[in-house]
Amino acid sequence: MAQFEDQRTTVYKVDPEHPEDATLPTLRTEELLLNMGPQHPSTHGVLKVILELEGERLVKSTPVMGFLHRGVEKLAEEGTYHQFIPHTDRLDYVCAMYNNFAYCRAVEKLMNITVPDRAEYLRTIVAEIQRIIGHQFWLGTQALDIGAMTVFFYCFRDREILLDWFDELCGARLTTSWYRIGGVERDFTPSLFAKLNQFLDYFPPKIDEYVIFLEKNRIWLARTKGVAVISAEDALSFGLSGPTLRGSGVDYDLRKYEPYSAYPKCEFSVPVGKNGDTYDRYWIRVQEIYESVKIIRQCLEQIQDGPIMADVPSVTLPPKERVFTNLESMIQQFKLFSQGFNAPPGEIYCGTEAHKGELGFYIVSTGGGKPYRLKIRAPSFIHMGAFDHMSKGYMIADAVTIFGTYDIVMGECDR
Amino acid sequence: MSQLSKRIEDTFPGACTKVVEWRGDVAVTVKREALHDIGKFLRDDPAMRFDYIVHVSSVDWPDDEERFEVVYEIYSIRTRQRIRLKTRVPESDCIVDSLTDIWKGADFMEREVYDMMGIRFRNHPDLRRILMPDEYEEGYPLRKDFPLRGKGWRDTFEFLDEPAQ
Repeated sequence: MAQFEDQRTTVYKVDPEHPEDATLPTLRTEELLLNMGPQHPSTHGVLKVILELEGERLVKSTPVMGFLHRGVEKLAEEGTYHQFIPHTDRLDYVCAMYNNFAYCRAVEKLMNITVPDRAEYLRTIVAEIQRIIGHQFWLGTQALDIGAMTVFFYCFRDREILLDWFDELCGARLTTSWYRIGGVERDFTPSLFAKLNQFLDYFPPKIDEYVIFLEKNRIWLARTKGVAVISAEDALSFGLSGPTLRGSGVDYDLRKYEPYSAYPKCEFSVPVGKNGDTYDRYWIRVQEIYESVKIIRQCLEQIQDGPIMADVPSVTLPPKERVFTNLESMIQQFKLFSQGFNAPPGEIYCGTEAHKGELGFYIVSTGGGKPYRLKIRAPSFIHMGAFDHMSKGYMIADAVTIFGTYDIVMGECDR
Repeated sequence: MSQLSKRIEDTFPGACTKVVEWRGDVAVTVKREALHDIGKFLRDDPAMRFDYIVHVSSVDWPDDEERFEVVYEIYSIRTRQRIRLKTRVPESDCIVDSLTDIWKGADFMEREVYDMMGIRFRNHPDLRRILMPDEYEEGYPLRKDFPLRGKGWRDTFEFLDEPAQ
């Protein structure tokens, strides 16, 4: 019978009389290169990261992106301004409304259009609902990545109510395309107002419920406190934005810095962290849900009757019911969709505070109905630039937490 | 806001070739040799403190002598002002000094510009393609002479034959 020597259990005998004579084998150490992704549940899409490991510590990480690259910026150059709105849904497919909002605002700045008051309030309400959905989605998946599964179910239960509300508003749950250049597509029905009021009464106690699961959970605290710390100076230098930047103590929120829509008429505070770690960024997002509820309440109180679309026939679309009954409106609709409107030559940048960070559109126009160049400043892409810096020295399991703390969505990152 | 461009003009005489103010945005076109120095000045000057990089972009103007335009949008958190720094490069020598040492975030953004428009950045730590595959050889997709449907690379993929049901 053949005898095999098991390499792992080799016993090296040491002479007790002369232990200094024994030659023990030295352990071989080397850096390990590990591919994480592209198919990994915690990468929130298709993202590959090459991790260089020393033991379990991350030495260097190189994100490899572009698996979801669809050339959205190139597509924008081929269509009219109106036709690009549905494309923006597919950027950050978790929060389509805010992408529509950011894009419409950029085109309105280019065309110098003022949106009527009621439309501004409607926009703000829907944008804040979208922020709540985004943060619920983030909280659920981040907790799931770390191992707390219950929070995920609670968050998604309440998110479902809001998605059904979107469904009633515009007929779609995720890819909504409800915003229009110069206003919104349709007004709220009384039923939507009633449902929203009902939700606002129901919801705030539920946020406390999410937090109960996490705030005293030792695993959650150990996995988030002091993980992925970034100083304010570095965060600024990397161009981080949104909760990721505010977690480091920089009070940068475009809703306050460059007020737009109905935000200047509402009172709300911007939560700011101190330590710049994952826990602070989590805390900020939870506080922002409370603030969003506050903003929606104030908007519902202040909203007045009025038009929901700016009256600029050369740019804005006519109401749908007039298109079917009125010849001029039909011609206007046809011309706007086949040729687009004539944008003045020039270039603008317009940033909007989406729930992930600053979502900006840089549009260069040379006149005519199509943008000459359209650049999307996607917060997820820019946050990935800081991944190597923020993950250095942490454990391999923390890589998952760091993806989560950016709230990345690869559709937006790769565009 | 025009004092902003005036201050750049005073510190770097002759470096600004064009200043445009439109819809409240200030865009300053500078000579590319001066781009790095102006960037450093804008970040370090106590009156400006442009410490936040917003985005880096590029525009293709095929009919112009200096074909490409590199656009840096920067923001000052302290003074709450925005400036767009632009520079032009010809196609024959499309290389610009990288601003990665001034704003760390410029790393990925410049890589994207290189990937999409083919503009190279001097002293960039890791200038590789970022969104397109590393072995992609059809050129730079956001150039105006690149067709929307691509140049046929994606038609070369082999498809697996589905077994008949």
